[in-house]
Amino acid sequence: MVKRSAFGYAFPLTVPICAGFLFLGISYGLYATGQGLPAFLPVLMSATIFAGSMEFVTVALLTAPFDPLGAFLLTLLVNARHIFYGLSMVTAYRGTGWKKIPLIYGMCDESFAINATTKIPDTIDKGWFYLHVTWLNYLYWVGGVALGSFGGKLITISLKGIEFVLTALFAVLFLELLLTAGKRLYCYLGFGITAAWLLAVGPERFMIPAMITIVVVFLSMRRYKRSASHDSQPKTEAKEDPQV
Amino acid sequence: MIQHLDWHVYVTIAVVVLGTILTRVISFVLFANRAKPPAVVQYLGDVLPGAVMGLLVVYSLKDLTITSYPYGIPEAIALAVLVILHVYKRNLLLSIAVGTILYMVLVQTVFA
Repeated sequence: MVKRSAFGYAFPLTVPICAGFLFLGISYGLYATGQGLPAFLPVLMSATIFAGSMEFVTVALLTAPFDPLGAFLLTLLVNARHIFYGLSMVTAYRGTGWKKIPLIYGMCDESFAINATTKIPDTIDKGWFYLHVTWLNYLYWVGGVALGSFGGKLITISLKGIEFVLTALFAVLFLELLLTAGKRLYCYLGFGITAAWLLAVGPERFMIPAMITIVVVFLSMRRYKRSASHDSQPKTEAKEDPQV
Repeated sequence: MIQHLDWHVYVTIAVVVLGTILTRVISFVLFANRAKPPAVVQYLGDVLPGAVMGLLVVYSLKDLTITSYPYGIPEAIALAVLVILHVYKRNLLLSIAVGTILYMVLVQTVFA
């Protein structure tokens, strides 16, 4: 029963990702086979790498001269945001047992986004909820890539613009956090710092400096708050009491 | 074009797989043997999701060009409608569906 209700709770949340992943997966399959790769190879990459933007980059790596060290470093750079996701989920994924392995292996942008933002009711098993979200998204992605690789040429209706579904998903989840949690400031800071770096250094290189800046700013805010509360604890208590 | 599928292909894929797993697992490995993650990690886990979601919104719009046609207008319209709709209805799926379909209609007709 517990498992089933976790699935029932998880599945609807993954539906928009299903739409986005099928389309993006098909696009990736078409792109990779268009670059001369045999159809099974993009499917193999989607199932093993399972990191969308890095899979596009890997097609370019495969068509360039062999450079494993360069490929490794590039992977770390492109996927550095996962370190961030890990930091956010260390506590949440604690105590999920064996599920922790697929949860970490399948921690893509979208699964992280849902698992980090959803307020899971106490009646639902958190570990199973996380796992259902993760494997469903995995299935959508690999399925989409398989469709695009083996049968992409059969698609005739125009799906132009459907990739916006992922922007819409992130925007709505961002909005949810803005509207509910008392952490509005951190939301704005994350958005503002990233946008500033994008404008400053362009779309190829903004992610790493943005992530570093966010962590540094947040850590210094914590430090400032702590030292401020240490220095002025007796005073502020006296000052703030009448207002409360 | 890939002329032939030699072992180079599989080594490159394996290296990318390894690098990707490393970025996903490192935070968990670093804090695996503690009864409780350090307070600073709990703090980051608390404040980062909101910031990362803001980062992902920007990331998903990174290739937008606002200096040439259509100047990001379809994205702006779709996002504006999505925000208003979501603030009023607070329905995740409805907001995403309306925003996306509106965007698809805009880029396929008005801004085609």
